[in-house]
Amino acid sequence: MTHWDHGSEFRDQSKPKVAPVSRPAVAWAPTPAPALLVFAALASFVAPSGLPAQQPNPWEQIPIPPLHAFHPQQPKRIELKNGIVIFLQEDHELPFVYGSVVIRGGSRDEAPAKAGLVALYSQAWRTGGTAKMDGDAMDDLLESKAAHIETAGDVDSTALSWDSLKVDSGQVFSLAMDLLFHPRFSEQKLELAQQLEATAIVRRNDDEGGIAERESAKLVYGVNSPYARQPELATIRAVTLADLQAWHDRTLKGKLIIGISGDFDSAIMEAKVRAVFEGLPPVTTEPPRHDAFAGPKPGVYFIDKEDVDQSNVQIVGLGIERSNPDAATIVVLNEILGGGFGSRLFQTVRTKLGLAYAVGGGLGLEFDHPASFDVEVLTKSASTVDATRAAEGEIAGLVTKPFTEAELARAKGDILNSFLFSYDTREKILVERVRLEFYGYPADYLETYHAAIEKVTLADVTAVAKKYIHPEKLAILVVGNGPEINPDLNALNLGAPTPIDITIPRSDGAHSAGRAAE
Amino acid sequence: MPNAVSRRLTTSLVCVMLAFVTLSAVHAQDLKSFEQRTTVKILSNGLTLIICERHEAPVFSYTTLVDAGDVDDPSGESGLAHMFEHLAFKGTSEIGTTDYAEEKVALAKVEAANDAYEGEFLKPGGGDPQKLAELQKVFLAAQTDAEKYVIPNQFTEVAEENGAEGLNAETALDDTEYYWSMPENRLELWAWMESSRLADTVPREFYKERDVVMEERRMSVDSDPMGRLFEQFLATAFVAHNYGRSNIGWPSEVSQITATEAMAFHKKYYVGGNIVVAIVGDVDAKTDLPMLEKYFSRVPGGPKPEDMTTVEPSQFAEKSVVIREQTQPFYIEGYHRPNILNPDDAVYDAISDIMSNGRVSRLYRSLVEQQQIAAEAASFSPYPGEKHPSLFAFYAYPLPGHTPAEIRDAIHKEIEKLKTVDVTDEELEMYKTCARADLLRGLADNQGLANSLAAYQARYGDWRQMFLELDRVDKVTKADIRRVANQIFVASNRTSAEIDTESRAAETKKARGAQ
Repeated sequence: MTHWDHGSEFRDQSKPKVAPVSRPAVAWAPTPAPALLVFAALASFVAPSGLPAQQPNPWEQIPIPPLHAFHPQQPKRIELKNGIVIFLQEDHELPFVYGSVVIRGGSRDEAPAKAGLVALYSQAWRTGGTAKMDGDAMDDLLESKAAHIETAGDVDSTALSWDSLKVDSGQVFSLAMDLLFHPRFSEQKLELAQQLEATAIVRRNDDEGGIAERESAKLVYGVNSPYARQPELATIRAVTLADLQAWHDRTLKGKLIIGISGDFDSAIMEAKVRAVFEGLPPVTTEPPRHDAFAGPKPGVYFIDKEDVDQSNVQIVGLGIERSNPDAATIVVLNEILGGGFGSRLFQTVRTKLGLAYAVGGGLGLEFDHPASFDVEVLTKSASTVDATRAAEGEIAGLVTKPFTEAELARAKGDILNSFLFSYDTREKILVERVRLEFYGYPADYLETYHAAIEKVTLADVTAVAKKYIHPEKLAILVVGNGPEINPDLNALNLGAPTPIDITIPRSDGAHSAGRAAE
Repeated sequence: MPNAVSRRLTTSLVCVMLAFVTLSAVHAQDLKSFEQRTTVKILSNGLTLIICERHEAPVFSYTTLVDAGDVDDPSGESGLAHMFEHLAFKGTSEIGTTDYAEEKVALAKVEAANDAYEGEFLKPGGGDPQKLAELQKVFLAAQTDAEKYVIPNQFTEVAEENGAEGLNAETALDDTEYYWSMPENRLELWAWMESSRLADTVPREFYKERDVVMEERRMSVDSDPMGRLFEQFLATAFVAHNYGRSNIGWPSEVSQITATEAMAFHKKYYVGGNIVVAIVGDVDAKTDLPMLEKYFSRVPGGPKPEDMTTVEPSQFAEKSVVIREQTQPFYIEGYHRPNILNPDDAVYDAISDIMSNGRVSRLYRSLVEQQQIAAEAASFSPYPGEKHPSLFAFYAYPLPGHTPAEIRDAIHKEIEKLKTVDVTDEELEMYKTCARADLLRGLADNQGLANSLAAYQARYGDWRQMFLELDRVDKVTKADIRRVANQIFVASNRTSAEIDTESRAAETKKARGAQ
């Protein structure tokens, strides 16, 4: 059974892929969504445009019947008097129950001197276990039932999740609730987490793509920004058991969102979940963040890496928030620039010029803070300047090269016809509802968004490109093998490249001589 | 072990029994329910169609598995199967062209010009520079001429415009898979597209795509420390079998593959008898099958081509690879094992599960938790393929300050334990419970299910093996594990590879001192 699901890096090693590896800002595509019947009906009427042809192409003669009727099932939403929100989504196809509690507060809220706290917390919370059952005992019990309880940390939240066979779901739920309310952080497990994080820090300059991602975020948001700063050996050492407990106690008072899906009876489950959460005090609301960023200082930045033969080029700037009224049009614009095989970047840099395997990107959208604009190209050292210019050309072309009806139709078709895949499972619908609840977006957000995409016109895309695409405000980061880059980066005519030092600071804060700190 | 362990094991044993009963029942039910909604049809050209109905949402996913991969690349043409896979996105005589009749003539000229160029380039000494420059000019002109007829990426554009999700392909050493998901009302459109590209591939924009594949190689192998290490590891572990050959292709070979060679590969391997197409989702076998049959019958018929016949000779010398570079240390070792058709296949799975599945696994508890020498430690098998005799591998990332040598010793201690002491009843039951649950969990995902159905059908000749495999899992005993461990985990059957950061640092220091 395990023949086809080995660890990813080994599978990747043996299975090269044809499509671009990363498409950072491609629309809504990977995000699950709730929907009403109306979406499904509409989706079937978006006709493929193809190219203007005198006689219909063979594929255009194939009938596309109306889509089968579809009634996506929305989860039941329950708001408790204390402000805690519960979503229940029944799904009886298989005998499993999945649940999670999403907790407000993440790495952007940790103290800079303790950067990495949330990463450590999200490990040590689970591995420490509870007062009744330590983490190792929990491992044994869960593994024997092919069940899981896990904790995780993110930039704006942490989460506790569980899953098990239906037959074990009562016991696993109790155990998960015990971990939620009575964690027992242990010194030993914190140390273990610190060691694992230290390994990640010491290894972070091995991977070219990782360096590019990290350092381009610093250019966009600022080195010390909560969205770009990185844990260091000194900051993870500074985290104590008391910090973990304090973080836990503080964040647990916020507005919790509980989502449960699977093979259960909603009435029984509701009573059970109410019994656990109803007695808690009213949730406290922390003041909302107001993050504003100046964006990168334009220019060329360079990081030398002697053991690569391919440059990783990132063209970056500031993106937008999803609540922006132009969001739908920007998503269409992104699809034209870097969304898939038909996009301008793919067509030019990969297909026409053969300069890259991985190329893509666009103007990012985040739910509650500005995302980044990011276009990525990976090309052999010698063609770094050519590939960068080609990508820059397509970015600038958004303002200067008129959009065509065919481009618009392709982009809208891509987005609208695959919209179904954001709500084709009950699990995805639940996850999306939790997400909208977390960020305070209306429950019908996706319907509004879908309708807005349909209405996007050529004039809209043209206006939005003029408003948001500012090539002169972008920074270019190149990670690559300096001596091999010929012509060198001066040929970009954007001034001398600014070198970036990525030496890893030692745990006492000083810079180590080599790359391997300590 | 601390006594807490035995206490908790009493509790968990009860649960294991419970889970066992439920899961066995589900397993039987599920195979039955699956048989009812799964239809297999072998077309007259030999192509196998599998349709599994799952009406949860108006969508379907498919996987086309062509039972040929880079293991089948002829000598001197490593990377050919993968190169062809890229070609399969370039369209057909009907899609992607403004005038195929003219384009065909132009493509023949490109091929002739490329032959002339490479004929000169491959002369001893690298050819005459002036002649090369002239020939290259002719080649580029021919290429530009052929491009006049191309509508770039039209095949994939039509798919994406019609809602294709997760459109991609993978070429492994064993086989090649194409896949995507779509709204169900595009089933016929998909059948036309997929059967067209299988039957009617055109070597369009081949030489630019070869440059793209060279970039893919740089990304996944040359500029990636793990990519470099794994390529060397496999090249050392196998001396005769193609599992030892870079599957994206050695640079000098993949950069010389011609469109003619790619089309010859297509002709030999893309025949009905070598292809399984699995469709899972909101489809109706009864009404859709005639339509699917009509389109997929266009694929040329032909028996399954013979498999690669080279057998890796028994290893008798331990081998090792050391890469000295600035990358942080890493250790991996592999032992030759049989392919997945071997009756002991489930025993290998059991060993891998017990050694590395989750926080209860032996390698995690020993190397990560107790000894605190590794950040991650695990085993995996079979690697790099499953169709032919392969490897059982162990690896770990050392913590700062710890060396590959310490990792190797710690792994060997755990292996020694497997050989000399029976695993516990609890460990064996955990493996069996997880195997059943994993199978079940996979049933709710159209794309994953399509992949599994196609793969089991291709490997075992029957998709039902996906469920029947559980019988092999159930039969694994503690004695089996000891027997197999003693058979294969021996020094003479081992190849190891490591990244040695320290020596590199020392060498650099020495070099600096000498200056």
